[in-house]
Amino acid sequence: MSKELIRLRDLCMAFDDELVLDHLNLYINDKEFLTLLGPSGCGKTTTLRIIGGFTTPMSGDVLFDGVRINDVPPYQRQINTVFQKYALFPNMNVFENVAFGLRMKRIPDPADPSGKRTVKLAEAEIEKQVLEMLEIVSLKGFEHRKPDALSGGQQQRVAIARALVNRPKVLLLDEPLGALDLKLRKDMQIELKKIQQQVGITFVYVTHDQEEALTMSDTIVVMDKGSIQQIGTPEDIYNEPKNAFVADFIGESNIIDGLMLQDKLVKIYGKTFPCVDGGFVLNEPVDVVIRPEDIDIVPVEQGQLVGTVTNVTFKGMQYDIIVDFRGFKWLIQTTDHSPVGAKIGVKIDPDGFHIMKKSEYSGKFGDYSSYSEEYDELSDVEALDETEEVAAAEGSGNEE
Amino acid sequence: MKKNNFGNRLFLGLIFLFLYAPIFVLIVFSFNATKSRTIWGGFSLQWYVRLFQDSAILSALQTTLLVSVLASLIAMVAGTAAAIGFAAMKRRSRHMLMSVNNIPLTNADIVTGVSLSLLFMLAINAFNSSLGSAMNITLAKGFGTMLIAHVTFDIPYVILSVMPRLRQLDPHIYEAAQDLGARGFYAFRKVILPDLMPGIINGTIIAFTMSVDDFVISYFTAGNKVSTLAMEVYSMARRRISPEINAISTLLFVAVLAMLIIVNLRQARQDSAARHQRAALTPKR
Repeated sequence: MSKELIRLRDLCMAFDDELVLDHLNLYINDKEFLTLLGPSGCGKTTTLRIIGGFTTPMSGDVLFDGVRINDVPPYQRQINTVFQKYALFPNMNVFENVAFGLRMKRIPDPADPSGKRTVKLAEAEIEKQVLEMLEIVSLKGFEHRKPDALSGGQQQRVAIARALVNRPKVLLLDEPLGALDLKLRKDMQIELKKIQQQVGITFVYVTHDQEEALTMSDTIVVMDKGSIQQIGTPEDIYNEPKNAFVADFIGESNIIDGLMLQDKLVKIYGKTFPCVDGGFVLNEPVDVVIRPEDIDIVPVEQGQLVGTVTNVTFKGMQYDIIVDFRGFKWLIQTTDHSPVGAKIGVKIDPDGFHIMKKSEYSGKFGDYSSYSEEYDELSDVEALDETEEVAAAEGSGNEE
Repeated sequence: MKKNNFGNRLFLGLIFLFLYAPIFVLIVFSFNATKSRTIWGGFSLQWYVRLFQDSAILSALQTTLLVSVLASLIAMVAGTAAAIGFAAMKRRSRHMLMSVNNIPLTNADIVTGVSLSLLFMLAINAFNSSLGSAMNITLAKGFGTMLIAHVTFDIPYVILSVMPRLRQLDPHIYEAAQDLGARGFYAFRKVILPDLMPGIINGTIIAFTMSVDDFVISYFTAGNKVSTLAMEVYSMARRRISPEINAISTLLFVAVLAMLIIVNLRQARQDSAARHQRAALTPKR
């Protein structure tokens, strides 16, 4: 794509003897929208804070443009951050918040021929740049408001303007949309992507929301337990997940134990299916991913497999139905309604199978036997995520 | 509730009577024209006039103001720094330190006073017998020791009133300032200090009041050369019975009351501002 801007080499980090980053290696390209995606406690916020300079890694290097910046303090890095709850300065109005960085900036003195002396930016210049930036984030006319007189979405925009006005090479965003409601979040996703293209700099974005990651990113880095599970474009990550964790975390997946008989031939439930993947040892045990939307429901006599419907949920665009295939429950998304208790046949095209090597995550994900419980758990995770992540990242117990 | 109305009011009235009747009598008799402490002999300001002609009292007033101002200012800086340190600590150490901080507040003044006095004597003796004798300096209890004592009992009040402000602060504000190019102290001065200011000022006023008010700890730590107003009143009461005591006590009472009213008004205003803020942030349905 383009040239490399940031490289993280062999980063390790622990808080209170708990390993948060485990030999992490990653490079980030210039002008790229890269998302660190993972559940709470996976190390994504810590990675971001190390890039920003707020946390010092226990071992490993941070390179910026080829130069090691481990010991460069945050105020000297060409990197700016949008914090989780914006961290706007409550005692300053919108204009002063945005102007904060510019007021500390020093430029070479035009009156000094040697170019060694520096001067502060002129007030007129500061005003011009601040107003330009407020225009970009559609906040013109709000200059004199105090942050607490703004809505969540507006505070968000001030935080972005305050960071971008310094013309950083990289903008770090730590779950910036977490505090907004669903509708606003969707709007801001598009807005953020637009702003990134407009200013043409690197965005490093942290989120636990897989949909957000898929919508905005050029590159997604899926993390768990302090390690990178997979790096790739949104399409790669969705279509070619590397292991059961990624398959389960991104979208919905049925993950079934299988046997790779030979290239392009996989065996599940004692039946052989044609598929499109290869490169495995003969008869290698594998995890088979079948996405809920890749499964067609057909009359029983035409079905490759036959199962019983145990649960139907209306989702608006489609029905989520849970089908029992010999004790293992699949999620199928379909526009056709099938009543609970009905026997149905299913048909899967060869490209509907995605074959993955066995990993430590095998057998932990991809069964929908506890469908409703899983949904409860998911909502819990989101509620906990913020506080836990922050506490872990700071290595202190400021929970309350 | 209605049934007990009379009983309630009577009870409340009695409480206030017990609390304020002595002070009321004191104030009334400070304006008495005669020297009697029991018989009203007409209105006069003579005791107040005499107060301001009494050199002992004027010098005590000066000492009181000086020690209170210095002690509360030192406590302001030290207490604010301590509160910031506490807030950055892990929860367990923070809770522990806050408990330690609260001990002087509940500790009996006499215990604080005696123990500080002992400590000062020990330190002074140790100094005088070693380094002091070599350099021909002899230390004694006096204004300095009293000031140190005042600072120690003032600091907890500043910490207590700064702490809640720190808790309300977004923990990332300081990092945000650094992120935007501000160095450590500049970042602190620009974004943290303005938010802590109301708490710092309240704490300092309370500390000042406590210093003005204090008798026991000053009595034990001041030595025999300096005395504060409270100490002067005490010795006057022992020497001779004079209505000047009424006048000076009235002035002390009014000054302390005025400062407490200021603190309470400020607190009320901040609370209502915080409430408005919350109301503004609550989404409208």
